[in-house]
Amino acid sequence: MTKFMFRTFASTLAVGVGLLATQAFAKSDITIAMQLEPPHLDPTSAAAQAIDSVVYTNIFEGLTRFMGDGSVVPGLAESWEISDDGMVYTFRLRDGVTFHDGTTMDAEDVKFTLDRATAEDSANAQKALFAGIESVEVVDPLTVKVTLSEPNGNFLFNLAWGDAVIVAPDSIENIKTNPVGTGAYTFGNWVQGDSITLNRNRDYWGDQPTLETATFKFISDPTAAFAAMMAEDVDVFDNFPAPENLPQFDADPRFQVLVGTTEGETILSTNNKQPPFDDILVRQAMAHAIDRQAIIDGAMFGYGTPIGTHFAPHHPAYVDLTGESAYDPEQAKALLAEAGFENGFETTLHLPPPSYARRGGEIVAAQLAEVGITAEIINVEWAQWLESVFRGKDFGLTIVSHTEPMDIGIYARPDYYFQYESTDFQALMDTLNATTDPDERTRLLGEAQRLISTDYVNGYLFQLAKLGVAKAGVQGLWANAPTAAIDLTQISWSE
Amino acid sequence: MLRYALKRLISLLISLAVASVVIFAVIEVAPGDPASFMLGVNAQEDTLAALRAELGLNGSKVHRYLNWVGGMLVGDFGTSYTYRTPVSQMIADRLWVSLPLALYALTLSTLIAFPAGIYAAARRGKPGDLAVMGATQLGIAVPNFWFAMMLVLIFAINLRWFNAGGFVGWGNGVWAGLHSLTLPAIALALPQAAILARVMRSALLDILGEDFMRTARAKGLSRRQALWRHGVRNALIPVLTIIGLQFSFLLAGSIIIEQVFYLPGLGRLVFQAISARDLIVVESVVMLLVFAVITVNFLVDLAYAAVDPRLRSRT
Repeated sequence: MTKFMFRTFASTLAVGVGLLATQAFAKSDITIAMQLEPPHLDPTSAAAQAIDSVVYTNIFEGLTRFMGDGSVVPGLAESWEISDDGMVYTFRLRDGVTFHDGTTMDAEDVKFTLDRATAEDSANAQKALFAGIESVEVVDPLTVKVTLSEPNGNFLFNLAWGDAVIVAPDSIENIKTNPVGTGAYTFGNWVQGDSITLNRNRDYWGDQPTLETATFKFISDPTAAFAAMMAEDVDVFDNFPAPENLPQFDADPRFQVLVGTTEGETILSTNNKQPPFDDILVRQAMAHAIDRQAIIDGAMFGYGTPIGTHFAPHHPAYVDLTGESAYDPEQAKALLAEAGFENGFETTLHLPPPSYARRGGEIVAAQLAEVGITAEIINVEWAQWLESVFRGKDFGLTIVSHTEPMDIGIYARPDYYFQYESTDFQALMDTLNATTDPDERTRLLGEAQRLISTDYVNGYLFQLAKLGVAKAGVQGLWANAPTAAIDLTQISWSE
Repeated sequence: MLRYALKRLISLLISLAVASVVIFAVIEVAPGDPASFMLGVNAQEDTLAALRAELGLNGSKVHRYLNWVGGMLVGDFGTSYTYRTPVSQMIADRLWVSLPLALYALTLSTLIAFPAGIYAAARRGKPGDLAVMGATQLGIAVPNFWFAMMLVLIFAINLRWFNAGGFVGWGNGVWAGLHSLTLPAIALALPQAAILARVMRSALLDILGEDFMRTARAKGLSRRQALWRHGVRNALIPVLTIIGLQFSFLLAGSIIIEQVFYLPGLGRLVFQAISARDLIVVESVVMLLVFAVITVNFLVDLAYAAVDPRLRSRT
């Protein structure tokens, strides 16, 4: 017994000394928690943002890439030339880039990637990004020529998406469980349901990142998220699910809170083809019945920026149109009366699981009730929402955050679930797509924002905030989320 | 005994067959399409169709049911729609967390409940009994996730004795594995222990009124000797039933605890799979749990027969 105890004591001591020794150097590993686990690790065949959070810029890279401030910069393409008519893009690839399996990344891989995304049986969730590609041609191993069927001012932006990262034909078969890319980190291990580990890629073409290993942990329950952070089991929580806890982290010197922006326009989606919402007066009345700040305060604990149109406020081309639908219940009632609904009407309000929808929905319903509109709340899961609301279009109202970057183009699709049909808007989008001059694009984007704002297509609520929590010593985290990504190459520990 | 066992076995097989039909029907009826869940809001029609074909979602329901059952009979549970790994491997991985957790919790609950129940029965009506009964009342009334959160608050956030959740994996040693399962096991065990202690107590009290207990006392055994030699042994039948039920419950019903402690167990797998409409995973795990519950009940039936010979002839 004493011998046993002595041994235990000795080994404890040894471990303790070992810990002290490692702590003398800067930490080279990090544990990052996120709410959802990726279903698999192929960003080019699923919509799940959790996949991009783990692999984007870490394992996989595209021809172009997003930076933390939302700008698009060269990625695997060193430079490019655009023909005068805007139809032909000639990309010059970086020399000496290898995939994690040792094979060289060259023009053939780029052709393979783009052909795979546009193919008949492509499983790419954002196939529309590649819709304009007519042909991809290998000029030499480091030069690729992409020909479009019509000019597309967004093309370089589209190529920066996680859905457009460069993959290799040799490793495509097992990409979902063993992703092989060109990035600064290689895939290490995945304990399904628990964590994914990435290791630094010694052969990376760019600068070596600081962190040796990174572990992504999946904690979906908001209470568990709070506990894991407080107990310092994890170093970073990418998008903290409980805004009500943030003041507590803010007050604690052990932690830092990062409040930034996302590309998520949170809107009260309205079925524009379903009576009475086919009447613009009714939609206008609803817009004036909603008090955005009350929703932001009540549902998001003050985090979020009011929006008056479907556009991100941090974008240079944003126009503040919140005044078009200022909170004015009296005007709302008057408009309803003018539309012939003095006594209001009944409708449904479908709410998907995120708290912005569930909590926000309660407040929206109460505000609509003030002007006489009875909205019956129906809570749905995502799968159900996709089937009945999004695809079935069987709904009156719903609350959802549209997280795709620069997605105002969805208003040009009359078959899109809120069913807005405006030839003016469609013509505007066509002009925009054919325009490459930046100033002209900004002007057109402003016009588009104004059009959907004054047509009161949907109730525009707020831009979803990105709420990150991290230990005080972590540096280089993206505060904003121009796309779903946790860029490990920039992260380090302060001494 | 053999005839009895055979009869039980046939009823087990029928139950399994019926369960498979019900599970398949209920899960397939739920609204939601796995393909559109995976591809999200910007997916195009042709992409969805391609994925549906790839996942084998286009066949008739009957065809898919037969495929599923046929596969399970030879140990092939199919491939997960979302993870794209074999379901049997996913279940095996998760069982390495859920099964030890259930056993750990069951051991704890038995270790707490037996002494508490016997103690209370021996001191019926006295302050000791009242204290134990009060505590068990509390244990039953308070939900286990609340216990879980309190444990995390005290032992993980304040004292830092344990991690707030997660599972380190058995690769780091048995001790490390058990250490990370301790808080969840306690949270699961406490309410179960409360129930078990009450059952133990009332079963013992029933026995204490029996004639043979008076005989035992009359032949000169002390109260304590009679309680231990004749009472506890005879009280085991109802206690065994509850333990059997509790094991099934702990295996299948730890979803909430696995969420609170973010453990990669079966419960969490089902939870994720339901929201992602990964139907094949849901069906297979639920089927496995049904199989486990029915098998445990079968074993408990056999155990009764072993403990009480009268049961063998009755059915």
